[in-house]
This record gives sequence, C-alpha cells and structure tokens, in this order.
Amino acid sequence: MATIETMKALASQVRRDIVRMVTGVQSGHPGGSLGCADFFTAMYTSVMNVNPNNFTLEGNGEDMFFLSNGHISPVWYSVLARTGFFPVSELATFRKIDTRLQGHPTPAEGLPGIRIASGSLGQGLSCALGAALAKKIKNDKNIVYSLHGDGELQEGQIWEAAMFAHARKIDNIISTIDYNKQQIDGTIEDVLALDNLRGKWEAFGWMVFEMNGHDFDDMLQTMQKAKENTGKGKPIMILMHTHMGQGVDFMVDKHTWHGTAPSEKQMQEALLQLAETLGDY
Amino acid sequence: MKTYTYTEQKDTRSGFGAALAELGKRNPKVVALCADLTGSLKMDEFAKNFPDRFFQAGIAEANMIGVAAGLAVSGLIPFTGTFANFSTTRVLDQIRQSVAYSNTNVKICASHAGITLGEDGATHQTMEDIGQLKMLPNMTVINTCDYNQTYAATLAIAEHDGPVYLRFGRPKVPNFTSLDAPFVIGKAIHLVEGKDVSIFATGHLVWPALEAAKLLYEEGIEAEIINIHTIKPLDKKAVLESVWKTGCAVTAEEHLMNGGLGDSIAQLLSLEEPSPLEMVAVDDKFGESGTPEQLMVKYGLDVPHIVEAAKKAIERKKKS
Repeated sequence: MATIETMKALASQVRRDIVRMVTGVQSGHPGGSLGCADFFTAMYTSVMNVNPNNFTLEGNGEDMFFLSNGHISPVWYSVLARTGFFPVSELATFRKIDTRLQGHPTPAEGLPGIRIASGSLGQGLSCALGAALAKKIKNDKNIVYSLHGDGELQEGQIWEAAMFAHARKIDNIISTIDYNKQQIDGTIEDVLALDNLRGKWEAFGWMVFEMNGHDFDDMLQTMQKAKENTGKGKPIMILMHTHMGQGVDFMVDKHTWHGTAPSEKQMQEALLQLAETLGDY
Repeated sequence: MKTYTYTEQKDTRSGFGAALAELGKRNPKVVALCADLTGSLKMDEFAKNFPDRFFQAGIAEANMIGVAAGLAVSGLIPFTGTFANFSTTRVLDQIRQSVAYSNTNVKICASHAGITLGEDGATHQTMEDIGQLKMLPNMTVINTCDYNQTYAATLAIAEHDGPVYLRFGRPKVPNFTSLDAPFVIGKAIHLVEGKDVSIFATGHLVWPALEAAKLLYEEGIEAEIINIHTIKPLDKKAVLESVWKTGCAVTAEEHLMNGGLGDSIAQLLSLEEPSPLEMVAVDDKFGESGTPEQLMVKYGLDVPHIVEAAKKAIERKKKS
C-alpha cells in the first residue's frame, strides 16, 4: 500500500495529466475526471489487487474494475499509465487518430486495463455484476469494483441491475458512485433529482457506505470496511462525496466543466495549482 | 429433382432448448440467462440441471445483456434467452456497446421471431430484428429453419468466439433436415440443384421454398434452393455461383424487406452481379393478431408467393 503522501503526489500528477490531455485535443471531460483523481489513485495504488504487468480480460485471481461513466476516461487512462498498465507517453495520444486512448474507453483497441466499452451510460453495473457472478462460478475470491456517475443513475438499467444484484445475492461487488451532484445541463437537483439516494440503494437491498472522495484516510478506511462486508449476502454501494473539478479553483463544483476543454491560458492557470510531482508526459 | 420429407413437425425453439441442455453437459463454461420466459424459450432443462449456471434475470432485458457481457469478459459463454423483439430492439444500445463493440462472446438467442408468433400481435412480433443486428460490426446473425438445424446451430455457436444473434421461432414446422447434418456458420446449404432461378430462403421460409420448387418443377422450371441460415457473414460465394448459373434470384424470409436477407443479397448482386431479384418479405408494415398460418398467407410469406416471385424473376431475366 502506498503512503498518503505518495498518493497525494500521484493524484496531483494525474490532475496535471487530465488538464493537459483535454486541453491538448480541445475535447473531453475534465470536471468528473478531476473529481475522481483521488479515488482512482487510492484504488490502483492501495485498494485493489491488480496486476498491471500481466493484464488479462478474464481477470482470474485478481480484482476487476469497471468504469461505467466512461466519459471520465482521462483520469482512468492517467492512473492506468502511471501505475504501469501502459507507457505514460501514450497519454499524449488521447482522442487522436489511431489511438488506443479513445474518447470513451474500449477494449477494441487492446488497451491494458479496459475490459468493456462504456460511454453510453447505465450499462457498467450490469457488466460488473456479470463479472462478479463469473468469479463465484470460478470460485475466485477476489472482488469486482465499479464506478458510476450520479447523473448516470437516471438510467433505468441501473435499477434493473440494482434489483438483480440483491435478488441473486451478489456480495462480491463494491460499487461506488461519484456523487458530485452535477451533470451536463446543471445540478442533479435541477435536472432530475435523485432525492434520498442512500435510501434508494438501501431499499434495493444494498449495504451502503459513504466516504469523502478527497480524503485518502477516509477512502482507505471505508474501502477496508466494505471489503470486510463482502460475502455477507448483500452487494455494497459507496456514495462517494466529491467535487467536480477538484484541484482547479475555477472549475470546482461547476457543471459547465463537465465536458468543456480549457483554453491554453486556462490550462496554464490550472497547472500553476497542480504540482508536477512525477514529470509530465 | 431432389425432394425432402419429414416425419414430424417440431418447433425450432425446442431444438434450441435441447441443445442448450446438451451444452450444459459438454461445456462447463456455458451459462444461461433468461428474462422470465424460461418455458417459452425451452430453457427449463438447462435451468433444472445446471442451477449454478442459470440466472433468472426477470423482466429486465437491458440488465440481462449487460450481465451476459460481464460473464463473457470473464471467459464464460453466456446464452441469453427471450423473445426476439425483447432480444433486439428493446436492448439495441446495450448490445451495441457491451456486446458488439466490446466484442464479448455473448450468444443472444431469440425465440418467437417474425410474424408466426401469431395471436399476441405486432407488439411482440418482430420483423426488424435481422436488420438491426446485422448492422452491428462483429455480430454474426443466424436464422434457422427447423428443429434439427436449430439444435445444430446452438451447438455450433458455443464453439464460435464472438457475439452471435440466433433467431428461431414459436410454431411447429416440418423437421426435414438431418440431425447429423454439419452446421458451419457462414456456409450456405444447397438443398436443390436447379438452373432457372435461385431461391435463397432463411428460417421458416425454407420449407415453403422446397414446396415451391416442387410446383415449379411440375411446370418445367428448375429452381435452385439454397438455405441461407447465416445471414451475416453471408456466403457470398454460394450466392454468386448460383446466380451466375441461373441468372435471377428470389429471396424468402419472415422479415421486412428493409434490412433482411433480401436486402443483403440485393446489395451483393448490385455490387457484383446485377440480376433480376424478387423478394418474398413484408414491405414496411407491422404485423397483427391471427394464427401463424393465416398471417403467413395474409402477409404473402407462403408457397404461392414464392412460386409467383420465381416466375416473375425468370420473366425479367428473359426481358433483359
């Protein structure tokens, strides 16, 4: 497990990567990516048992991760590269012709770390549940993790999956919601309110935890608690409180940064706020 | 001419169910999911014999497709089962992203395809499904003609690595193919040799095409009958070689003209060998309630329409 200081340093570099990648092609989704930089850092350095050097689609004998809100691909690509799944230099190809780093993640280009395409929202929980069922069939005690946007919960398939998970007692999954309360058109509250989100998941039979997605101590402790509660007949959901655009002051909590690339000048302003800890790609 | 007989009529879905149960014994990687239609899909035996590998998804088809994709990513071979309409149109984006684009090894098995679903009417009948699924890159599309062929196809798709749409139906139809006939995905089957017109039939229209060939033969017309069980990838060589010989073609299918087998063959012939082509299919209409037999007649998917189409194709050939 990485130290908190190491994780903070990595997360800062990841945020630089995100801002540079999105600015570089003048497209992509910086807001949610920045908001999940700490989460991905914690997951890939300290929470999950994954093998970057020998990635397989099947994921036998290791934890598996599914990203359902595929538009935050910049943060995933950066953390995958920075933890050894593929060369950091490849981040420069993000969204460019012939790249493996497609706008939204896909296994079609053979990028290590990616098992299924996501982008069209609401599908990833079902896929993660399938992988979790497969682990049970294969008697593999490792855990399946997934991440979802909060706006994504407006998709009906999410709730089909929520019902299925509890009914089939899929208790080797730990899902997380990036609860930043923003979506493209405005706040979740204004667009289509989720109201009592914790109560909804509990009503669907899930064990629910909450954590601060920008506090490494809290994330590690909550994830540890979640792991200890796998195998008890219930799927596990973590409501992760985050801020869209975290780390760049003019982006924080602004839905307008969901899918807008910064200008060159804005990028420079953002980079001044983010220490280059591991060297830019 | 070569003729075919049968001893009994059986439903194609039962061929699927029997083969799935056999696959359960043969291959521990085969798993199955069903959206509350286990009886209709004849998946009961698999569910009973392999409860640890059967997942009841409930009336939640989108989730079923996603779960199947996740199982496939993990190296298992999931077979999903529900009616054809709910296997395709209802979940097209799930299939597109989680199955076709992700190239996951999911077998989407669809019963009650076409108008022969009958009395339930247009909400449940799909004649658009082949078109929707064949447009997805990576997807193989198969439409079987009888019980034995459906049995063979079900075994074959388990061995094929990649997404498959297997389409079959509800009613009992003549079971005329041999149970041990080889089933090769993408390889058309020549049923009757002929020189005057090529009739390319798929699914429930293969038997009526054979009946039509007999009537045509009595009138001195030698029709070549080819069973196109795999609509994608299309056996282009078999189609072209037949049309080079006969000079004209008929397609017959329980599907809309738009997007069906006829559409695939029209595309091929236009590009490679422009020839008179007649289509026995439904022209841009929804179905309705009725018995399967009544509907096949009303919608022109029967022996007389195939005979008429063959004669028309031959006339056009003569004129050109």
